[in-house]
Amino acid sequence: MSQITNILVCGVGGQGVMTATEILAEAAISLGFDVKKTEVAGMSQRGGVVTSHLRFGKVVLSPQIVPGEADLLIGFESAEALRWSHMLRPGGVALVNSGRIVPPIVNLGLFDYPEDPVAKMRALGLTVHAFDATTIATDLGNIRLGNTVMLGACADHLPFPAQVLRDAVLARFGTRKPHLVEANRQAFEAGRQAVGGDALAA
Amino acid sequence: MPVTQTVPAAARMFLSGNDAVARAVWEAGTRVAAAYPGTPSTEILEVLSRYPGLHTEWSINEKVSMEVALGASMVGARAFCAMKHVGLNVASDALMTMTVTGTEGGLVIAVADDVGMSSSQNEQDSRYWGRFAHVPVLEPADSHEAYAMTLAAFELSERLKSPVILRLTTRICHVKGVVQTGERIEIEPAGFVKDPRHWVMVPGNAKPRLPSMFEREAAARAEAEVSPLNFQVDGSDRRIGFVTSGPTFMHVREAFPDAPVFKLGLSCPPPLESLRRFAATVDTVLVVEETEPLLETEMKAAGIACHGKDVLPRIGELAPDVLEPAVRRLRGEAVPEPEHVPAQQVFPRPPTMCVACPHLGVYYTLSQMRNVIISGDIGCYTLGAGHPWNALDTCISMGASMGTALGMDKGRGKVDANKKVVAVIGDSTFMHMGMQGLLDITWNRGNVTVLLLDNRAVGMTGGQDNPGTGRDIHGNETARVDFAQLCEALGVKKERIHVVDPYELPVLFKALREETKIEEPSVIITNRPCVLIDHYQPAKSYTVIEDRCTGCGNCVEVGCPAIHVTRRDKVVKASGKEVDLSFVRIETSACTGCGLCVQPCAPEAIVHADPVQSVQSVQFVRK
Repeated sequence: MSQITNILVCGVGGQGVMTATEILAEAAISLGFDVKKTEVAGMSQRGGVVTSHLRFGKVVLSPQIVPGEADLLIGFESAEALRWSHMLRPGGVALVNSGRIVPPIVNLGLFDYPEDPVAKMRALGLTVHAFDATTIATDLGNIRLGNTVMLGACADHLPFPAQVLRDAVLARFGTRKPHLVEANRQAFEAGRQAVGGDALAA
Repeated sequence: MPVTQTVPAAARMFLSGNDAVARAVWEAGTRVAAAYPGTPSTEILEVLSRYPGLHTEWSINEKVSMEVALGASMVGARAFCAMKHVGLNVASDALMTMTVTGTEGGLVIAVADDVGMSSSQNEQDSRYWGRFAHVPVLEPADSHEAYAMTLAAFELSERLKSPVILRLTTRICHVKGVVQTGERIEIEPAGFVKDPRHWVMVPGNAKPRLPSMFEREAAARAEAEVSPLNFQVDGSDRRIGFVTSGPTFMHVREAFPDAPVFKLGLSCPPPLESLRRFAATVDTVLVVEETEPLLETEMKAAGIACHGKDVLPRIGELAPDVLEPAVRRLRGEAVPEPEHVPAQQVFPRPPTMCVACPHLGVYYTLSQMRNVIISGDIGCYTLGAGHPWNALDTCISMGASMGTALGMDKGRGKVDANKKVVAVIGDSTFMHMGMQGLLDITWNRGNVTVLLLDNRAVGMTGGQDNPGTGRDIHGNETARVDFAQLCEALGVKKERIHVVDPYELPVLFKALREETKIEEPSVIITNRPCVLIDHYQPAKSYTVIEDRCTGCGNCVEVGCPAIHVTRRDKVVKASGKEVDLSFVRIETSACTGCGLCVQPCAPEAIVHADPVQSVQSVQFVRK
């Protein structure tokens, strides 16, 4: 059990949670790990809750992370990170985009958005690194880079070198959208620095 | 034939269960593969359509897809169809006689159960069909097995001359794992053999064939006893021996690595003698099967003592966090308190309609109508039952909006006499199973107004093409259904058929108000496309002039996720009535300018954003 790394990525349908997890999986595969990834998709494209489970190690059996066993919780949205905080193992780390996506159900006044989800998580005793991925991406000139900022933020919290993940991110754009490689490199580094990581040599 | 693309060579690939099935279907030399989209099975045909050398199609429903596959099998080709669990209900008429004729070319039916119900109206267990139809059922436990068992299923089908069910679940379809793939084999079909006693199932021909089902079942049972798809994993902790089917094998191995496990792959007919021998080697047997106690019942009937649903839930997935406490209780051990933080209460985040979804106009209009019963159907528009519209009263099965509306009309008593009956159905659902219902309405003079929401896509499953789009599974042009003409041909009077723009709220409201007054069948067709398909053209986005917003909240009632409340207030009117105010802003980067929210805005506070901003989908939203 202990050799398996469990990463739970959560957010809102349309944010790119599944793509980000796919890239994390590609990085793990490139190192020869056995990897399983699962999510409940279904209606999630319509602004619903999305979680993606990633497990890798020598041999992975069940694809599902059970509550209290995630080493890393990557929250693409604040309230979603709070919603899934019980999945973290004691001593696990949460990396949270402080940006919010307020659903219609809250706009209609039927429910309240938590006042400060990150503070709530810290009050529960969890280790949380929070940063505004949206602003970082916008400052870099493209709101869509938020996904790469999030991946950069988790690069120094993985059981393999940050460079492996960065290569996986850039490999994706290298073939599909080569003009975006440099912007993604910057976004990745900005994400790392947002949680106190050191810059990688280009 | 599909557009030929470069096919990835045999390699170690990271595939979902759906990807893996598609790859194996292609490698098996299959010539025909058909499906109707349905979560969690949809991607099988989507992926398969990108492979060369076989005919792939979206069929109009699952029954037709199965019949297409059977026809291909009759001429000796390997054939495949895929569907979600409820799809097999639709196809079952074909299945229950196909099992009497048997098959020629290998025929595999992939059926995906939505265990956990992420996107379905029920949680039925498709393993029953194997028992009902006397056909073998294979149950993979991960992507690698999904691939290998699909190949095995074709061989088994040809050995037994029987269709074979490949039973998947969400936790197979949507889990990615590493799979070693191979290359395609080409098989030339043997050709159709005219033989009425084989293929013409009138009683005189069918009756003599019935014993063949049971002979075949006996052969399958014998095969199950020796099949490498059924195997035992030894373990040192013999207090409990587990019998598993489908994905539960992985969960059991994860949670109880030292326990003996009997793993069923060819699970129907079950290898009861092997299970009996396994049971004799352990203290207690626990059958771990999701949803129904099928194997448990069969084992008990065979005199093999076991536990099952007496300790495990009958509903939902049997993941390690469900299994562990249940097994502890079975062993008489205490269940320890969890060490992690407890689950936090956060607002629910149900799926919503998209920004600028044409259904928003329909449901806003319906929500403004009084004395109306709205019979609903299966698709994105089922979300109309939610907030803020609360404008959908039923949802049962594909096409059911038609028949239930007619039944309500015919069965209503005095209490409902003044109500209008409206049925809401999407384009694809209408063609799947709704057309017949509309014909029943016209034939039987039903007083029903049908809202046919033509968004030119199977929206909920990802915007697949259908006969209303005029494009096939490859995006190539083909025949296109004209819904107005179709409804007229089904007996709706021409003057009772209206094609309206759902973004024009006054037009839609007028059409609905007038047609619900007239006591005969009518159809209102909306004509705006799904915003998620490639052909959707976004327009200039809108913004709110803060000073002009009076907080009336009318725009919020449209239900568009791009409208956000920035501030709430209360005012007391002259009448003494307290009114809630909601001041808003529009997420301009997400707005695609449909203009729906502009129409109910009295103070004209919503205007085009200027300068025009680039239009992007909802991604990261600023605090």
